[in-house]
Amino acid sequence: MSLIEVKNLSFTYGIGTPFEKKAVDDLSLSINEGEIIGLIGHTGSGKSTFVQTLNGLIKPTEGQVLLEGKDIWEKPKEIRKVRFKVGMVFQYPEYQLFDETVYKDISFGPANKGLSGDDLDKTVRRAARFVSLNDRLLDKSPFDLSGGEKRRAAIAGVIAMDPDVLVLDEPTAGLDPKGRDLLLSQIIGYHRERKNTIILVSHSMEDVARVADRIMVMNRGKLEMLDTPRAVFSRVEELERMGLRVPQITRVMTILREKGYDFSDGILTVGQAFDEVLSLLKKEGKL
Amino acid sequence: MIRDVSFGQFMPGKSVIHRLDPRIKIVLLIAYIVFVFCTFNFVSLAIVSAATIAVILLSGIPFRMYVKSLKVVIIIVLITSLLNIFYGGGDPIFEWGIIKISLSGIYRAIFVSVRIVLLILLSSCLTFTTTPTDLTDAIERLMKPLKVLHVKVHEIAMMMTIALRFVPTLLEETDKIMSAQKARGADMESGGFIKKIKAMTPVLIPLFVSAFRRAYELAVAMECRCYRGGDGRTRMKTLHMKPLDYVSVILSCLLLTGIILCNIFLAPII
Repeated sequence: MSLIEVKNLSFTYGIGTPFEKKAVDDLSLSINEGEIIGLIGHTGSGKSTFVQTLNGLIKPTEGQVLLEGKDIWEKPKEIRKVRFKVGMVFQYPEYQLFDETVYKDISFGPANKGLSGDDLDKTVRRAARFVSLNDRLLDKSPFDLSGGEKRRAAIAGVIAMDPDVLVLDEPTAGLDPKGRDLLLSQIIGYHRERKNTIILVSHSMEDVARVADRIMVMNRGKLEMLDTPRAVFSRVEELERMGLRVPQITRVMTILREKGYDFSDGILTVGQAFDEVLSLLKKEGKL
Repeated sequence: MIRDVSFGQFMPGKSVIHRLDPRIKIVLLIAYIVFVFCTFNFVSLAIVSAATIAVILLSGIPFRMYVKSLKVVIIIVLITSLLNIFYGGGDPIFEWGIIKISLSGIYRAIFVSVRIVLLILLSSCLTFTTTPTDLTDAIERLMKPLKVLHVKVHEIAMMMTIALRFVPTLLEETDKIMSAQKARGADMESGGFIKKIKAMTPVLIPLFVSAFRRAYELAVAMECRCYRGGDGRTRMKTLHMKPLDYVSVILSCLLLTGIILCNIFLAPII
């Protein structure tokens, strides 16, 4: 059964002012339990607005969001319960840190959920472990951490609520390549252990190609594609028309294929490309 | 939500009022405020009201935007007019215990409320049709004579520009931080007054931190471009008076004459 179902969802900003803008336009889809969805789209394509409708931060002007088969706006007073089930990490989440210590900041979410005592302690430490923040850092002020550590502390604050769906809005933006790789592998590690659904919004085609089971492409508020990474990244021209592109390694391999090298189609990561080159060299007896 | 603050928001347009020189607009606004308080009988009040409505129509801004900005002050209008009803003096037409209402009290209430409404309408018209940068630019020009008194005119104008520039940015930031904390289950809607204030801590602290960070970054960026105050600084956009501006001044003078004539030949009501 699908965990999240979105039916004809639309959202318009600033209705009745000169700044009126339709951010999400008649969007329908369903997301299964345990999937990693990569969400890509040009700036202003409505990605952020769409993900904010999933946990009820934005109330859709039309359409429905069903979580486990139930409309999340059925009882508007209980919208907070939805927010514990659908955890949301915003862009640059380190700007939301506020408490005296990292430990207290991470416990803000689970404490709001109603945890206390040993349960709270266990959850906080587990969340910190997922993003490899060691115990020494937990007693520091969040404002004394480095950029990457702040980011990870903020993500831990959402993971600590133990949500069934975790939405990450460009979690790697502004990190150095090493921090990026580290964070992505931590997210994958967390997903393997917890087996929950993850929606990853990103501008990096490489990132989504690496982690996503399915990729969702948005353009001007509309859902253009929702398919496996292989299928999505084979539609090069369409993607380019929307101001997107395929991962660099995919382009390199396509060009090489056009030049006559016998590589298979739809290579998405450097690792896959490495294996392809290796097997080709072996086949030609050059290795 | 927070972004719905309409009071003082610039609305792009190409109307006559938009095209007026911002200096003229400020001077005329001050003049109109004086006119509004020089109305002592219904005829002059009607003349000033008609002029205000004409300005509003010329501005091409939807009327409901003006209504929105009036909503902010509606309580002030009600309270002041209510107080004025009881402080009229003269022969009471209605008496109940210590409450005495006279005809002049009712007149006073009408005048006070109409005056406040006109004030708000005119000043919203200024901010609706003038960009914040034009506005501070004009203020800087108008305050220039104060330099003789060693008032730091340029610095004041620069501070105003920066403050106005960052109002929307900070509002947006507040919105974002509130969403982020709500996503972590922060409850900002329910509970009493004290609880609501306490619930704002997770919003206010990050907001202050980012405001200081922005201020610091802006200061560095300005210094990188060798900003050193107003001395010897030229402008990208210099203000010039156009025929339209003279026309508006002449029309306003006619209005003033009309009001003065009314006051001379008609008996004052309040």
